[in-house]
Amino acid sequence: MTEAVKTPHIPLEKQKLLTVNGDEAVAWAAKQSLVDVVAAYPITPQTIIVEKFSEFVANGEVHTEFVPVESEHSAMSACVGAAAAGARAFTATAANGLALMWEILYIAASLRLPIVLAVANRALSAPINIHCDHSDAMGMRDAGWIQLFVENVQEAYDTTIQAFKIAEDERVLLPVAVNLDGFFLSHTLENIHILPDEAVHEFLGGYRKVPKVKVDYFDEEVPLMLNPARPLSFGPLDLYDYYFEHKMHQVEAMKRVPEVVREVNEKWYELTGRKYGDGILVPYEVEDADIIVTVLGSTGGTVRHIVKKLRREGKKVGMVRIKMFRPFPHKELAEILKNAKVVGVMDRAISFGSYGPSFLDINTALYDYKKKPLLVNYIYGLGGRDAPPELLEKMFNELLSDAEKGYVENKLRFLGVRE
Amino acid sequence: MAQQTLPQIPIKKGEPAYKLWIFEPGWKGELPLILNPRQLAEQKRAAILPGHRLCAGCAAPIIVKLASFAFRGPTIVVNATGCLEVATTIFPYTSWAVPWIHNAFENAAATASGVESAIKAFKKTERLPWDHVDVVVFGGDGGTFDIGLQSLSGAAERGHDFLYILYDNEAYMNTGIQRSGGTPKYAWTTTSPVGSVLPGKTQHKKPIADIMVAHRIPYVATATPAHWLDLMKKVRKGIEVNGPAFIHALSSCDRGWRHDTALAIEVSRRAVDTCYFPLWEWTPEKGYMLTDRSLSIARNPKLKQPIERFLEVQGRFKHLLRPENRHLLKDLQEWVDKVWEDLLNRAVNAPR
Repeated sequence: MTEAVKTPHIPLEKQKLLTVNGDEAVAWAAKQSLVDVVAAYPITPQTIIVEKFSEFVANGEVHTEFVPVESEHSAMSACVGAAAAGARAFTATAANGLALMWEILYIAASLRLPIVLAVANRALSAPINIHCDHSDAMGMRDAGWIQLFVENVQEAYDTTIQAFKIAEDERVLLPVAVNLDGFFLSHTLENIHILPDEAVHEFLGGYRKVPKVKVDYFDEEVPLMLNPARPLSFGPLDLYDYYFEHKMHQVEAMKRVPEVVREVNEKWYELTGRKYGDGILVPYEVEDADIIVTVLGSTGGTVRHIVKKLRREGKKVGMVRIKMFRPFPHKELAEILKNAKVVGVMDRAISFGSYGPSFLDINTALYDYKKKPLLVNYIYGLGGRDAPPELLEKMFNELLSDAEKGYVENKLRFLGVRE
Repeated sequence: MAQQTLPQIPIKKGEPAYKLWIFEPGWKGELPLILNPRQLAEQKRAAILPGHRLCAGCAAPIIVKLASFAFRGPTIVVNATGCLEVATTIFPYTSWAVPWIHNAFENAAATASGVESAIKAFKKTERLPWDHVDVVVFGGDGGTFDIGLQSLSGAAERGHDFLYILYDNEAYMNTGIQRSGGTPKYAWTTTSPVGSVLPGKTQHKKPIADIMVAHRIPYVATATPAHWLDLMKKVRKGIEVNGPAFIHALSSCDRGWRHDTALAIEVSRRAVDTCYFPLWEWTPEKGYMLTDRSLSIARNPKLKQPIERFLEVQGRFKHLLRPENRHLLKDLQEWVDKVWEDLLNRAVNAPR
């Protein structure tokens, strides 16, 4: 949720009003972010991003090399090549396309390449389905990427620009996936405010700057890139004697992500007057709440609407939207949830034979607390199944009655599915 | 006295070899293509440094070494997963004196597309401190004929400016000699073993270089390390053309082909002498042109050797030389003859 404006450096009247859908908003953000290479392959509901971007290329509005690859696997592969060569690289995909990228997602993260990927979240096949759920994003959960989920089109624009800033921060150097719900955001028009190009350039510090590293056979620190002036080898064979230590570097980098995300969120607030919680969690009415619902993505808006309604009826309910899913904010979220009586965890994906992905993390977050809420997992919206306000109200009422009873009978519930 | 220095980057005695491959920002010029062996020895250093862990008798590093002698300046190498990749970069060591990247098995051409696009974007925004940076890919037969074909075809269709050098050892040697789309018919491999019913692989080799010709990219050629001048000249042409170029280099593997470690060059020579692996180049302007030994054979057909000459030194074909398998040998000979004849019909410089 967008919070109230102080006095931003670029006041709202200096920002341009655009009526665009989520995909176009992401394309505008990429356009303004001085991206050197965009490699992408069409897949619904992402396609508008690359269509729009292709227009910018065709009209000479960007310097970007657009690589219309023959698969998503090659899209991510080309981004890896481009980023290793020192370029700012961007791609976008969804569902099966993301699944095809999977192998290279790990390589991008492990080579510490700050690629930005927009995912217009869509259900995985089979049966083939083009509509929204988060099963695609959850498939890349363990790949070593930072995963951000947005709630609306404005946030899709804002977060895409922030993603480059976060990814390229020398404390981080990890790729970032910006998740926007397929169709609910990708194809839905909203009025958004965009910054002047120069303001975005300044925010990002111009073109990508490659960090310098110490390498034993050079006397000086050298740029971490494929550079004929200071040749380095990227992606060597790494066996049991070093691989583990390299994985630890990724573990450490992930630990530094939250502070960078918070900083970027604050800087963006100063620049634009917009921020999204602390950039990681967006809580609403949680202070005295007996019932708290957690949610990712665009459903956050509907949940907030119900929270408002129930609060007017005097019910002590609240919500937290999880904006950053990886790295997962275990401690911060637990601190918010610990005093509630029941927490309903909404997942738009399921790990078959287990629970929803965010439910597992929230259990882990709360395990060590002596006093902790009861937890219920709601799986909802698979394959784009709508989650209308009435359905969410029913969920809140169930949770309220669980709180009254003081125990939970069925921890795994399916919301909006036919019996 | 032979000429001792190269333009801009002289070899200094006692200086590490990799320093030869350092191109300071602003470096201009073009490294000469030296074809005189003595001058080569004195003035060139390969982009692959000694100490790599490829097998004794492997032809791949010879191909890389010869290719790098033909590099014209700043060059970035992309390597598909395979023997060459694993044996040259075991962390914390690397044999590469030039910037090098390995991404995965099937995506070397896509990775090269990204590298090349980055170079273009830098050039467009005046961030490239050299006139040109060349991109050269090395991929094995598995990474080219099979799992990497889509990525290669896509990159060729998009017209990226890179040279793809296939070092074809005719099987998945890195994983232990499994058959690939590049394995010839009747060859023994661990997944096409010679049994009581099957005589090794039952399918012919995929015509990978002709597939690349069908893309009508600016340059396609075949080469072997035995015909080293031919190989170097072709690499230089492949780098110089604007757009994708492809070189199919036969790369003998003594472990997989089951031959003596000393025979890497000899067996490559026999592959050409028997017309099993003819040497040619192709450009959209001229079409097929025979080169080196294959041109001599076309002019003087008496030079053409029977296929046994290629097979007899290799354990993977030893069953073909048994009397009961004479018909298989005949079948292979007829296939080789037919492919050679087709090539003679297409080659513009073959005698009519």
